Amino acid sequence: MVATLIRVTGDWDLAEECAQDALAAALERWPVDGIPRTPGAWLTTVARHRAIDRLRRAKTGAAKYLEVATVGSADGSADPSQDDGADDLLRLMFTCCHPALSVPSQVALTLRTVAGMTTPEIARAFLLSEATMAQRLVRAKRKIRHAGIPFRIPPPHQLVERTGAVLSVLYLLFNEGYSASHGTELVRPGLCEEAIRLARMLSALMPDEPEALGLLALMVLQHARHAARIDSRGDLVLLEQQDRTSWDGEAIGEGCALVEAALRQRRAGPFQVQAAIAACHAQAAEAGDTDWAQIAALYERLSAMVPSPVVELNRAVAVGMAEGPDAGLAQLDQLAAMHGESLKDYYLFPAVRADLLRRLGRDADAAVAYREALALVTTEAERRYLARRHGEVAASLP
Amino acid sequence: MRYLLMICEDEKALEGRSNEENGAVLARYGALMGDLTERGILLGGERLQFSTDATTVRVRDGEVLTTDGPFAETKEQIGGYFLVDCKDLDQALEVAAKIPGAEIGSIEVRPIWEM
Repeated sequence: MVATLIRVTGDWDLAEECAQDALAAALERWPVDGIPRTPGAWLTTVARHRAIDRLRRAKTGAAKYLEVATVGSADGSADPSQDDGADDLLRLMFTCCHPALSVPSQVALTLRTVAGMTTPEIARAFLLSEATMAQRLVRAKRKIRHAGIPFRIPPPHQLVERTGAVLSVLYLLFNEGYSASHGTELVRPGLCEEAIRLARMLSALMPDEPEALGLLALMVLQHARHAARIDSRGDLVLLEQQDRTSWDGEAIGEGCALVEAALRQRRAGPFQVQAAIAACHAQAAEAGDTDWAQIAALYERLSAMVPSPVVELNRAVAVGMAEGPDAGLAQLDQLAAMHGESLKDYYLFPAVRADLLRRLGRDADAAVAYREALALVTTEAERRYLARRHGEVAASLP
Repeated sequence: MRYLLMICEDEKALEGRSNEENGAVLARYGALMGDLTERGILLGGERLQFSTDATTVRVRDGEVLTTDGPFAETKEQIGGYFLVDCKDLDQALEVAAKIPGAEIGSIEVRPIWEM
């Protein structure tokens, strides 16, 4: 509804106010008159009337007033905005995620206008003051108006790039909820669920975009494990130690089906491959059942799409599990030769090396690598894991 | 909507260019400006002399203060501008990306404050 109003009025604040007016009217009227047959159409019609009233009262933009007044029928019977609604929503998502806006603004604007969260809710989710968040939203909306950021679905030559921007905003939102980058709570499932809802919406709006489906699958699969990721003390639990019976089997089933549907379109992308990796993990009833050969092959594909030392490191782990610690170590040495510098402060690099050395029985070398990792690790749960492993190998030393 | 595209470049890098290189860049500017004029987008555009030729004027308490050089000491200086009339920001960004200066410096795209 807000999306349609933004399109017809071109005024973000007016659109939001009128949508709120319409909701207030619904709360007043529906309990008395009963819920209308098409509640969405009813709300849009009421909101449009409010917009007309306000524009008329403001006595500005006579042309705008005419435009709003003539869009769609007033009785809401065969509401054309129902069809346009989906496209308007997509336009809104693309506009909110326009690269001319800063990424924090893109996220805030998406939550405010697409997800319909209130400013205080968004401020709480990002641990910012309400005033700061309100200011961020005001600035973003002002820039859209002043700089002439178009309210539209990008033309074909920009579609891939801009879709990528929308997908990254949704994934950022999900990760903000999944591994809270700040604050005392490790996981804020509310944000994850909101991100999933928006990804669901986006993939329904763009059925020919397998990456949208891939992102949805990835989020659904990761979120399916959320109950097992935190122990009773509120600490993170590593994947291999999670109680797999507390994973959400229904969500895993849905996620796997989504990955397959995306891959059937035969235009693989990074989100689809990451989702396929998540599906491999999710389908293993025990950590020992994991199909590491498949995961290693998927990381190799991902690495070809988005080369990064972190992807390579994950690949080395998978190779080490699939083909044995020797093969994993060989991969790791290759990686160190190429990207040693960019990985030198990354605790997982010595941690992975230490685990491979431990499995080879090279306890003295493993102990050294565990100590390197312990010096770099920042989260308490992972520090405890590394300390325990270090204790084990150190105890066996003469 | 009208936008001012400010072409910001490192003047030291420009000074180091050979005559042939300068000629090639100028030819690209000429072709781009011709195309934009034909499409009714370009309203005006000029190259500026180097910032060492700039003079900055300030008036404080009614007194005119004149100083040599640009107001701010930054690595990149405005070396020229295009004034364009575009459908929306996306079109202005597309034009900006075609300006040769974007490849070595940057283009600041500013909407005109319409009165």
